Amino acid sequence: MLVFVLGLAVWEAVVFVFAIEFYLLPAPHVIVLSVRDSYPVLLEAGVYTFTEAVIGYALGCGGGILAAMVASRSPGFAEVVLPYAIASAAVPIIALAPLAIVWFGIGQPSKIAIVTSMTFFPTFVGTLRGLDTVPVSSLELMRSYAATEWQVFVKLRLPHSLPYVFTALRACTTLAMIGAVVSEFFGGPVKSLGVYIKSTASLFQTRQAWSAILVACGLGLAFYFAVVLTERLVMPWQRERDRA
Amino acid sequence: MGPPIIDVQGVGKTFDSQAGSTEALREITLAVGPEEFVSIIGPSGCGKSTLVRIVGDLVEPSTGTVRVNGKSPRRARLDRDYGVVFQTPVLYDWRTTAENVRLPLELTGRPRADREARPSALLALVGLAAFRDHYPWQLSGGMQQRVAIARALALEPTILLMDEPFGALDEMTRERLNLELLHVWSETSATVLFVTHSIAEAVFLSTRVVVMTPRPGQVAAVVDIDLPRPRADATRTLPRFFDLVTTVRSSLRDGVRL
Repeated sequence: MLVFVLGLAVWEAVVFVFAIEFYLLPAPHVIVLSVRDSYPVLLEAGVYTFTEAVIGYALGCGGGILAAMVASRSPGFAEVVLPYAIASAAVPIIALAPLAIVWFGIGQPSKIAIVTSMTFFPTFVGTLRGLDTVPVSSLELMRSYAATEWQVFVKLRLPHSLPYVFTALRACTTLAMIGAVVSEFFGGPVKSLGVYIKSTASLFQTRQAWSAILVACGLGLAFYFAVVLTERLVMPWQRERDRA
Repeated sequence: MGPPIIDVQGVGKTFDSQAGSTEALREITLAVGPEEFVSIIGPSGCGKSTLVRIVGDLVEPSTGTVRVNGKSPRRARLDRDYGVVFQTPVLYDWRTTAENVRLPLELTGRPRADREARPSALLALVGLAAFRDHYPWQLSGGMQQRVAIARALALEPTILLMDEPFGALDEMTRERLNLELLHVWSETSATVLFVTHSIAEAVFLSTRVVVMTPRPGQVAAVVDIDLPRPRADATRTLPRFFDLVTTVRSSLRDGVRL
């Protein structure tokens, strides 16, 4: 928190001391004032973009988790798919954004498709790793009680995978926001954060662009911490361990 | 002694791997009667853990037969005749102490009243009643292993298989847990097969000690332990205790020469 405040102070001071023009780099207080001025527009754009991010995230992460569950029950399938899933982390899916517009139109579906693709594979790989790295001794305990495959899955594999799943879910909140905002750079309605940032910046309305970036940051952080909060509720044993 | 609870006839085990095959056990024959406490002792790598795993149907024997309660080990496992305590506690991180003890009761679909009451009673038996809502990482190694013992007793198994359960603990904790284990055992009617590499532990706990040779493991000697019961700390100071420790020790040494 102290670092944050200090950082803002330095930023403010640099802009003042070197008399930097506001169209190059506006001082923090100017950005905040700008957010206040264009509040209704930013709110509408923020809701529009955030909706894309959340829906895409839900589809991508949900699909990733389900696919990993299926894959872990059919090891042959997992072996075939996993190398591609891992390699896909190196693919810049965002580069497909212009094509997504061709396929799904200029509206929200094309952005949701990009966010879904960006969040699917990290969640798939993380969940699969969690489900398949159960210690042998834990499995032997289940075996000694003649537990069914289903019991092993529900009472051992799933809870064991949760930390892996949530690591992926946290990382995907950032990916989802990036995916939504950047896809909008390639086209979308005026009342979306990406288009707003791009059009104001090209007109040198830098403070408006910055105010939209600030909104995007705020939404991204809120998204991230919502997932962290969920994680703590779902895994109370981890929370107490972190505190110790 | 009635018919044997555990009947091992000519069991051998060879592990095959890319590096070649390793003969772990050769021609083991052993009968354990009802309510016996039999310890298996031998040098590292002599296959004593493998033997217990074969009895518990966690490993298949290469040769020979095993009968448990007159059934195949597989049938016995499906009938939940076993309680197993491993070298490590194998507690699930996401479950509290009581929930870990409750696991076997959930797996077998015991009635709700049982699932609520039994973990508390078992934790009281191992002296951990106050820790029922703690998570495993909040307990010491010795306490974790006591939870594992409570869990192994949850289904009132006729056979308790213990694979070096106290191997990772310090001497003082181990001696205290030895006493506690005997107390717990006296409250149940389980037959115990106990693997250890501590001579004192084997003599103190057992009705019989099976001494094994280095790999491939064979039975070098069987020593009857005729120390009086109930055993207590004072048992460790009896001349007879030292005699038996010496007997087991020399059998181990003879086993090496065998």
